[in-house]
Amino acid sequence: MSLVAYFDAASSEPLHPQAREALLAAIDAGWADPARLYGQARRAHLLLEQARTEVAEALGARPDEVSFTSSGTQAVHLGVLGTLHGRRRAGRHLVTSAVEHSSVLHAGALHERDGGTMETVGVSLTGRVDLGSFTAAVARPGTALACLQTANHEVGTLQPVAEAAEACREHGVPLLVDAAQTAGRMPTPPGWSVLTASAHKWGGPAGVGVLAVRKGTRFRSFLPEDERERRRVPGFENVPAVVAAAAALRATAAEAEREQARISELVARIRETVPEIVPDVEVIGDPVERAPHIVTFSCLYVDGEALLTELDKAGFAVSSGSSCTASTLRPSHVLEAMGVLTHGNVRVSLPRGASAAEVDRFLAVLPELVRRIRQDAGVA
Amino acid sequence: MTEVTQPALTIDALGKKCPIPIIMLAEQINYVPLNAVVAVLADDPAAYTDVPAWCRLKSHRHVGSYELPEGGWAIHVRRNY
Repeated sequence: MSLVAYFDAASSEPLHPQAREALLAAIDAGWADPARLYGQARRAHLLLEQARTEVAEALGARPDEVSFTSSGTQAVHLGVLGTLHGRRRAGRHLVTSAVEHSSVLHAGALHERDGGTMETVGVSLTGRVDLGSFTAAVARPGTALACLQTANHEVGTLQPVAEAAEACREHGVPLLVDAAQTAGRMPTPPGWSVLTASAHKWGGPAGVGVLAVRKGTRFRSFLPEDERERRRVPGFENVPAVVAAAAALRATAAEAEREQARISELVARIRETVPEIVPDVEVIGDPVERAPHIVTFSCLYVDGEALLTELDKAGFAVSSGSSCTASTLRPSHVLEAMGVLTHGNVRVSLPRGASAAEVDRFLAVLPELVRRIRQDAGVA
Repeated sequence: MTEVTQPALTIDALGKKCPIPIIMLAEQINYVPLNAVVAVLADDPAAYTDVPAWCRLKSHRHVGSYELPEGGWAIHVRRNY
């Protein structure tokens, strides 16, 4: 067992061994410009298109619908703004949930500064979007695009994507689905018009995002013209990284059913045990309708930064949505929107291969760390 | 506009970061009689979410949060038990 238990898969999954192997091979074989017509270029082109076909198949898309971006965030930015641009004659209204990834909300803010409008639909105490309000928002005339994540990145709660997609279809509104937390772990829900994902969250390398645009969806890049990636993403493709991303997705998806069920049981153990061994804890998010790998809890009267530091010293890499751990010194917008405790917050997200022994060790050290921090703060 | 109950106790947590305002509230709510109101003055944005969340967890009542002219909020909590 390694000295540090890495429990921050929702930030980044460690590189899959098959991705590493593919990356090294593709650095030698796939360096040339895939848009050119000589031997090395054709080879790079072939590698790129093979990777595209594999990624498309794993995510439930057609190869010609898939473009590669430089990150999941860039995929969301291009997806949101490109669809709004393509649909500007239909209207300029954007609908999202209040707990989307910041890339969605920041793209929406840019759209607002540009004269568009945005409505963020609230969520329940478990972080699930209010489907009735979402549907009503989508039905509003002039809605150009709606956005909904498959699972929340901070609390793991699954969103009702299939139902939201049905409502969007009824009103002729495209739906952008941010699948960053579930791609490679769970099947893609049906009904998306635009799909985004990030390779380093499924064990691929950093620097590869996926933007899939369903055939028939109006889309127009808002950036200067560039012929790469079906004119959706500017710039020279990182072929070796894309090849590695496809290899990781293939490997992760092949083992997903068994491995994610195992991970989900470890998460369930944490969810059930933490409130039994630590007093004054709120476990956050939906206990059943959740992504397999994420569990979040908040400890009353505890400084989140202090808890993260103590856990780091004890050999655990975890993350937090507490304000003291953010560069902005604001609590996570997700926890705020849910109305749950934002301080003393810990997000545990288990990567592939996380062991029961590591989870047990985490559960063994946590109560004493929390007790000590409370004691130091003068809490009886 | 409904009448705001006069707080029996005001906790000045202005300039204090969470979880300190919550720790102060938990300590001092027992100083007021049942059904009395405690006002927590706080300007850490986390307190705006965390005081109502604390009330939900501890079965006290969050009466309302009122913006202060100098920034921050007066967050009113009714002692339930």
